[in-house]
Amino acid sequence: MASKGRIVIDSERCKGCELCASVCPHHSIHMAETFNAKGYRPAVWVDTDEQCTGCATCAVICPDAAIKVYRQVALRAVPSGV
Amino acid sequence: MIANTVEVDPSDRVDPLDRTVEELVAQRPKTLSEIDTHYCPGCMHGVAHRLVAEVIDELNIRERTIGVAPVGCSVFAYNYFECDFAVAAHGRAPAMATGLKRVMPDKVIFTYQGDGDLASIGSAEILHAAARGENITVVFVNNAVYGMTGGQMAPTTLVGMKTTSSPYGRDLKMSGAPLKMSELIAQIDGVAFVSRRSLHSPAEIRKAKKAIRRAFEMQLNGQGFSMVELLSSCPTNWDMKPVEALRWIETRMVPVFPLGDFKNSVPKNSVRGV
Amino acid sequence: MPKQLLKGNEAIAEAAIRAGVDAYFGYPITPQTELLEYMAKRMPELGRAFVQAESEVAAINMVYGAACAGKRAMTSSSSPGVSLMQEGLSYIAGSEVPVVLVDVMRGGPGLGNIAPSQADYFQMVKSAGHGDFKPIVLAPATVQEAIDLTGLAFDLAEKYRTIVTLLLDGTLGQMMEPAELPPMRPMPAEMPAWALTGAAGRKKNSILSFRMEAEDLEAHNLHLQQKLAVIADEEVRTYEYMLDDAELIVVGFGTAGRVSQTAVKQARQKGIKVGLLRPITLSPFPDRRLSQLADEARGFLVVEMNAGQMVEDVRLSVGGQAPVKFYGRMGGVVPMPDEILASIARLDQATTKAPPTYKIEGPLVPLTKAHEVTR
Repeated sequence: MASKGRIVIDSERCKGCELCASVCPHHSIHMAETFNAKGYRPAVWVDTDEQCTGCATCAVICPDAAIKVYRQVALRAVPSGV
Repeated sequence: MIANTVEVDPSDRVDPLDRTVEELVAQRPKTLSEIDTHYCPGCMHGVAHRLVAEVIDELNIRERTIGVAPVGCSVFAYNYFECDFAVAAHGRAPAMATGLKRVMPDKVIFTYQGDGDLASIGSAEILHAAARGENITVVFVNNAVYGMTGGQMAPTTLVGMKTTSSPYGRDLKMSGAPLKMSELIAQIDGVAFVSRRSLHSPAEIRKAKKAIRRAFEMQLNGQGFSMVELLSSCPTNWDMKPVEALRWIETRMVPVFPLGDFKNSVPKNSVRGV
Repeated sequence: MPKQLLKGNEAIAEAAIRAGVDAYFGYPITPQTELLEYMAKRMPELGRAFVQAESEVAAINMVYGAACAGKRAMTSSSSPGVSLMQEGLSYIAGSEVPVVLVDVMRGGPGLGNIAPSQADYFQMVKSAGHGDFKPIVLAPATVQEAIDLTGLAFDLAEKYRTIVTLLLDGTLGQMMEPAELPPMRPMPAEMPAWALTGAAGRKKNSILSFRMEAEDLEAHNLHLQQKLAVIADEEVRTYEYMLDDAELIVVGFGTAGRVSQTAVKQARQKGIKVGLLRPITLSPFPDRRLSQLADEARGFLVVEMNAGQMVEDVRLSVGGQAPVKFYGRMGGVVPMPDEILASIARLDQATTKAPPTYKIEGPLVPLTKAHEVTR
């Protein structure tokens, strides 16, 4: 079953503080092996077992607002003209 | 920002058969500028900035808000917010904010201060801004040290805590016990709202945002002085990794600085209208 | 507007109100407290901002805040209080926001006393707190002049985006004199573009007084110095009395200058060719005018109510072309005309070859009491 959520980490803005990785309920975030331009090892969204629900806990704790979070939402029967 | 804005991301995630669409639920608030902050990795100033910026966006007040930055790590806050900002002398932000608010009562004025700035050199200014019931909002970040100058003891440093100016651990007899500013300020009649929150976990951060929002709403309603104290971390000067520093807040700081709303009512004598 | 009997402190306050001051923040301290009290009555009447701050430190920073909003803001204090304001003044200088400060000087150092003094000349004229900067300093000698210079202070503060200090002493602050108040000016509708009014429909404004890179701060300081140079060229003001044929020149500001004028009149009656130069702007200092006068004059007598401060600037301006003597009283003592007359006579005798044809009666104050610097 595809993940219900997805995150995009701005790897250049990330300072590798690991807080997002420490709070992700599904351990879907690891620290990269490579370095960004500032010399930090940025966080990487792995979500190997597609557990991510888009709960945004990672974004809540990120001190650099470096994480965008998307969530799959059932298409509401949207009346036309809204 | 935990938004409910629907922004369909033109990516292949939209599966027409699946009848679902991808919704952006968290992104940088508009009031937070694009500039990378200078804060150390894991420093929760960044979260405090984001929460204030989110509240300003949600209340739609960016274009009539003026911030006052202190001297300290957040002296560069004027770079990180997309609203007008002044930089005050160390400890004087509440006085400067008073001057701004008194000549522009329709604008939203907030100060953003650290513990050295507010609880030490600026203790008279914060006390009297509260006593006058100034209709301003104070965001007070307490990380128990002077960060910018390299980790000296602050009035909020815990007893026994080692800093560069309390190398043997803060000694009760030599330099007293931590100052509890929220409890102190909450005693003052002109004060409408005082809350101490913490940034040491996602759950606490969400509560902190509610408190910040409540403080700004108090100002918008003209109910008088509002302040939110935020327990925050200083990984560099505490000599801890960011994750460990947040645990330290929870296990060591919160017992000394209990969380909660210390004043949350319309003050009887608040006659200050917007 | 008819002449009224006005007290210095209150006249200055009303003059500021008529000049359109938006906000006054102050703290009680003799001998200027009537200014604060007057503002406490009038400002709320006009719907303008008034706060009695918890300290002069807070007061000057409230002024700084209001000035950042582009509004006309002022404070007033006296020597010890102004010492507390130095940090705020330096921030204001660095941020280039217009501010008016009224300093009604009293005896010092320390708590000193509440008697009039001019002992803060250096503190107020040579800098605005730490860093390279000089405010504009205006020194009234009459209540009328204090009124006129208050309006001018706001104009100059805004013209140059700087601090303008009205520097007087307790005598002028406390005395009453007939004077005429100007009409009420309309309040400015528009705020300047740099003001912190909320980034609506424009990029955000930031007002700060620091630049981390040394080269940036140097460039900023060069800009400030350039501004001071323009001020020095265009804003020097002096009051001159009987200088046309004067061989001796008395220099004194404020109360000392005013008392000296009486002594100059008396000396003229005795046939001494003496005149008075009373600087109205202490900063910018009338150095060129003094240097020009030094071409002709035999000697200068500087009269101050301090241990000799402006005398240094006079010596710099005269540049050794003629002797510059000093006569001062301290501790709040106001020199009497006859003391100054006696000093003029001494200067006259010291700088003429021929013996004098007149005799000086009147009490010759023993040197021990008066502080005369013969250097």
